[in-house]
Amino acid sequence: MNPYFKSADNDWVKQRIVGLSLCALVAFIVLLARLTYLQAVVGEDYQRLSVNNSIRLQIIDPPRGLILDTNGVKLAENRPSFDVAFTPKDAGNALGVLEDLAAYLQVSADDLSSRVKDMRGMGAFRPVLLRQDIGRDALAVIEARKMDLPGVQVDVRIRRNYIHGSFASHLIGYLGEVSPEELSRGTSTGLRSGDTIGKFGVERTFEAFLRGEPGGRQVEVNASGQVMRVLNTVAARPGRNVHLTIDHALQQRTEQLLEGIAGAAVAVDPQNGRVLAMASSPPFAPNAFVSGIDAARWDALISHPFRPLENKATQGEYPPGSTFKIVTAIAGLEEKVIDETSTFDCAGFVSFAGRDYRCWKKEGHGRVDIHRALAESCDVFFYRVGQRLGVDRIAWYAKACGLGTGTGIGLEPEARGLIPSSVWKKKRFGVPWQDGETLSIAIGQGYNLTTPLQMAMLTAAVANGGTRYRPRILDRVETMDGDVVLRSLPEAIGKLPASARTLAIVQQGLTAVVNGERGTARRVHLNDIEIAGKTGTSQVVGRREGGDDYTPPHLRAHAWFVCYAPTSAPRIAIAVVVENGEHGSSATGPIAREMVKAYLRKLPNGQKLADDGVQVLVGGRG
Amino acid sequence: MFDRRLVTNFDWGLLGLALILGSIGLVSVYSAVTADPPPAPQKLLFYKQIVWFGIGLVVMFATLSFNYRLLERWALPIFISCVLMLLAVVMFGKLAGGSRRWLILGPVHFQPSEMIKIAVVLVLAKYYAKTADSRGLTLREIVRPMLITALPVGLIVVQPDLGTAGLVALIAVTITLFVKVARRSLALLLAVGAAVVPAVWMLLKDYQRRRILTFLDPTHDPLGAGYHIIQSKIAIGSGMITGKGYLQGTQNALSFLPEEHTDFIFSVLAEEWGLVGAATLIGLFAVLVFRGLSIAHRCRDPFGKVLAVGIVALLFWQVVINIGMTMGLMPVVGVPLPFISYGGSSTITVAICVGLLMNVSMRRFMLE
Repeated sequence: MNPYFKSADNDWVKQRIVGLSLCALVAFIVLLARLTYLQAVVGEDYQRLSVNNSIRLQIIDPPRGLILDTNGVKLAENRPSFDVAFTPKDAGNALGVLEDLAAYLQVSADDLSSRVKDMRGMGAFRPVLLRQDIGRDALAVIEARKMDLPGVQVDVRIRRNYIHGSFASHLIGYLGEVSPEELSRGTSTGLRSGDTIGKFGVERTFEAFLRGEPGGRQVEVNASGQVMRVLNTVAARPGRNVHLTIDHALQQRTEQLLEGIAGAAVAVDPQNGRVLAMASSPPFAPNAFVSGIDAARWDALISHPFRPLENKATQGEYPPGSTFKIVTAIAGLEEKVIDETSTFDCAGFVSFAGRDYRCWKKEGHGRVDIHRALAESCDVFFYRVGQRLGVDRIAWYAKACGLGTGTGIGLEPEARGLIPSSVWKKKRFGVPWQDGETLSIAIGQGYNLTTPLQMAMLTAAVANGGTRYRPRILDRVETMDGDVVLRSLPEAIGKLPASARTLAIVQQGLTAVVNGERGTARRVHLNDIEIAGKTGTSQVVGRREGGDDYTPPHLRAHAWFVCYAPTSAPRIAIAVVVENGEHGSSATGPIAREMVKAYLRKLPNGQKLADDGVQVLVGGRG
Repeated sequence: MFDRRLVTNFDWGLLGLALILGSIGLVSVYSAVTADPPPAPQKLLFYKQIVWFGIGLVVMFATLSFNYRLLERWALPIFISCVLMLLAVVMFGKLAGGSRRWLILGPVHFQPSEMIKIAVVLVLAKYYAKTADSRGLTLREIVRPMLITALPVGLIVVQPDLGTAGLVALIAVTITLFVKVARRSLALLLAVGAAVVPAVWMLLKDYQRRRILTFLDPTHDPLGAGYHIIQSKIAIGSGMITGKGYLQGTQNALSFLPEEHTDFIFSVLAEEWGLVGAATLIGLFAVLVFRGLSIAHRCRDPFGKVLAVGIVALLFWQVVINIGMTMGLMPVVGVPLPFISYGGSSTITVAICVGLLMNVSMRRFMLE
C-alpha cells in the first residue's frame, strides 16, 4: 500500500472527497438556478411563445446561378414568383378564409381546401403551398386585404427563367422537383423535399455549382402567423454562374437551320474540344417545366414522333453511313491492306457469297484510288478494304477513334453508340459473324451506331492532326461577383490511331469531297473558306432492289454530314444529322455550310437564311 | 464461499435511487415517443426501452456479482478491446448523420464510445492506485495517463463526435485532479496549455474556427443547434412552476424539439412537470453523486476509491452537460442523460456504472 492511500482514512483524503462534493454542489446549484430562472422568472414569456409555436424557422432559398454563353450572353436567369401559402393553425376559421382567398385568386374554393386537407397535428403549423406564381394583380388584391386573411402569406420565391425560350433547350436542360431517391442518395446537402434541382442538361450536370446554399431566418410570429420580428438571419449563398463554351450566335443560327426537322447538329472547336453549338430538333420549352409540367403537356412531349425531349446530339444513335469511311480509310492505310496507290475497279456492285453489294452509283465509278473513293464516296472501294481488314480490325480502329463509347462530355444520359465485333455478335445473338456483314460495316451500315457528338469529335481529331479532345461545354464557373472559381482546360484524351501520312491522305480526300470536281458535297463549297467534309446516308431499312420506288418518310434514310473548316487551320468541326433526310449532301450539307459561314464570317445575329438561294428540304434529292 | 456480509452491506439505497431514476426515464420516454405526430408514433421505441431497462438490471446484478478487484487485473485487456472496437468503428462503422459511431454485429448495434468511458475509468483507476501518493503526481507520472486518454479521445474525435471525446477527457481530468497533481506540475501544464491553445487556434482554418465557435456557442448556428436550443428553452420555460401536465407538452408534440427522446428528453420532462418535477430530478441526480462520493470515501482500497470517483465523474458530467445543454448553458453535444434518455448503449453503460458503485460499496469490508 502506498503512503497516499495508506492514509486513506485520515482527514486529508476526506478533504479531497469533500472538495469534489463541493464542486458538484456548485454545479447542481447552477443548474437549479438556471432552471428556476427559465421556469419561474421568465417562464411566462416562454409560455406565451409556446402557445402557437411563435418561434419558427424560415428557409431562404439561394438564388440559382445563371447560365451564360461564352461571351456572357445570359441564357438562364431567375425571376421573382409570388406564391400563396396557407398555415391552417393560424387562420382560425380556415374554410372562411379559403373561400375569400379563392374569390381573389379566381379559383374554386374546393380546389384550395382539398390541398389543405389532412393537415392536422404538427402539419397544421406548416404552411401549405396553395398557388404558385400568381400575377401581380392578384398579388395586389391579397396584399391589400391581408388583415382579413389570417394564415395566408405570400412568399416571394425565386423562379428559373429561360430567357430565350426553347433556345439550346437540350443543352441547358430543365429543373424538376427532387425525387425521394435523389433525396435519400444525399449527394447534395441541404436538399429538402419539394426543392427543385436540375434534371437534365447543364442544369443537371452543374447542379452542384448552380445550386448554392440555403440560408434561413428565425422569426417570431403573432397569433395569425404574421412575422413580428426577425430574430436571426443567415444569408443564403447564391449559386455560381456557369459560363458555357456555346456561342450564342452560332447556336441560334444552327437552331434556325434545323427548324421543322428532326435532327441534330454539333459544332466543336477542333483545337481544344470546346462545344461551340449543340442543337437538337425539335426543341422543347424549358419554361414549362419550371412550375411543374402538367400531365397532358408531358404526354404530348413523350409521344411526339420526333422525340423533342431527347438530345439527339448526345442521345441519338444512328448508323454513321459513309461518314464511317473515314475510319475504314484510316484502318486500311494503317494496316497496310491498301496504300495511296492501291486501286479497285468499281462496276457498281460487288458479288460476295451469292449476294450483290451495291455501290450507291449504279453505273460504277470505274477505277478508283483512296482519294477518289473518299471524294466520291465509292462503296465498292470500301467493301474491298473492309474485306481485307475483317470486322475485328475495323472495330479496333473505330474504338480507338472514340466510337462505341461515351465522349465524356458530362451531359447524362449519353448514348455510347455501338461498334460491332465478332465477339460482340456471338455474345449478343449467339451466332458467328458473317463475312458479308463486314462489307456493310465498312461503309458504316449494319450494326454500327454513332451519335452526332461522337462523329463531330472524330472529325475534329482528323482536322487538328490527330489529337482527340474531350468535348467540353463548361468554359468557367464564376461567383456572383465575377471571381472565377473554376476554369475548364482542354483535355486531350488520346490520339487517332493514324500516322501523319495517313491523316494527310484522309484530309485531302475530305477536302476533295467538297472542293473536288466530282465530290459528293460540291454544293457545300464556299469561295472564301475551304471546307473539308464527308457525306453519309444511313439506311433505316435495307437498300432495296430498284431504289426508285417510293419510300414513306419515316423509312427514308438518315442524312449525315461531317466537316471542318478552314482546312488550312481548322477552327470549327461539325456533325449534322437529319432524320429521314435521305442524302447527306442535300439535306445536311447546306446546314453545315451555313454554320461554318455563321461562325467564321461572324454573321450578325438573326440574319435570314436566304443568301445563295439555299433551301433546306427534308427528303429532297439533289 | 458466499459471504453473508455481502447481504448486510448491500446498498439498498443506491438500488432504490437507480430504480426511481430508471422509472422516471421510462415515463419520460413514453411521453416523448407517443406524442410524436403521425405518421411516426414511435411507441415501439418505448417497448424497446422497457426491454433495455430489463437488460440493464441483469447487467447491473452481473456487475456487482464478482469482486470488483478482479477488474484491476482486467482493466488493461478491457481497455485495449474497447480501443480496438473504436478503431473498427472508425474504419467500418455505420455512417449516420455524417459520423461513424455505430458498430454493427449481426442484430446488435452499439456505440463503443459508450463503453470506452468505463474502460478509461478502469485503466486510470488501476494506474493511479499504484502511482499516486500524497506529494501529488509528477509530470513524468502524468504522461502515461495522458497518452492512455488521448488514444481513445483521438479516435472519437475522428468519428467525429466532439461531445463524447470531450466527455472522456473531462472524466480523465477529474480523476487525475482527484488523486492530486503536484502543484508545480499543475502550474506547468496550465502554462503549456495557455501557450498551445492560442497557437493551435492560429493554425486552424477559418471554417474550422467557425465550427468550434458554433460548438461553444450555438447562437452562431441559428438554423441548426441555435434553433434547437431556443425551442428547448421555450419548452422548459413554458413548463413554469407546475408544468403542463404529463403528455400535455406542446413543443414536444409538434416535433419542434430535435431528438426529444434522447438528447433533449430533459426539455420534455421540464415542460410537462414544471420546476417542481425538473428540480426534483436534478435533486435526485445530486443525491446519486453524493452517494457515490460517500462510497468512494468509505472504500479503503485505493483501486476501489479511484474507481468509484471515476464512475461518479462519468455520471456527473453527463448529467451536467446534458441538462446544461438543454438550458443553453453548454454546447450542443450528443450526450445522453443517464437513466432518462432512450438508448440501449447508454442504458447498459449506466447499469454497469451503478453495478460498479454497488460492488465497491458492498465489498468495502473485504480489505485485508
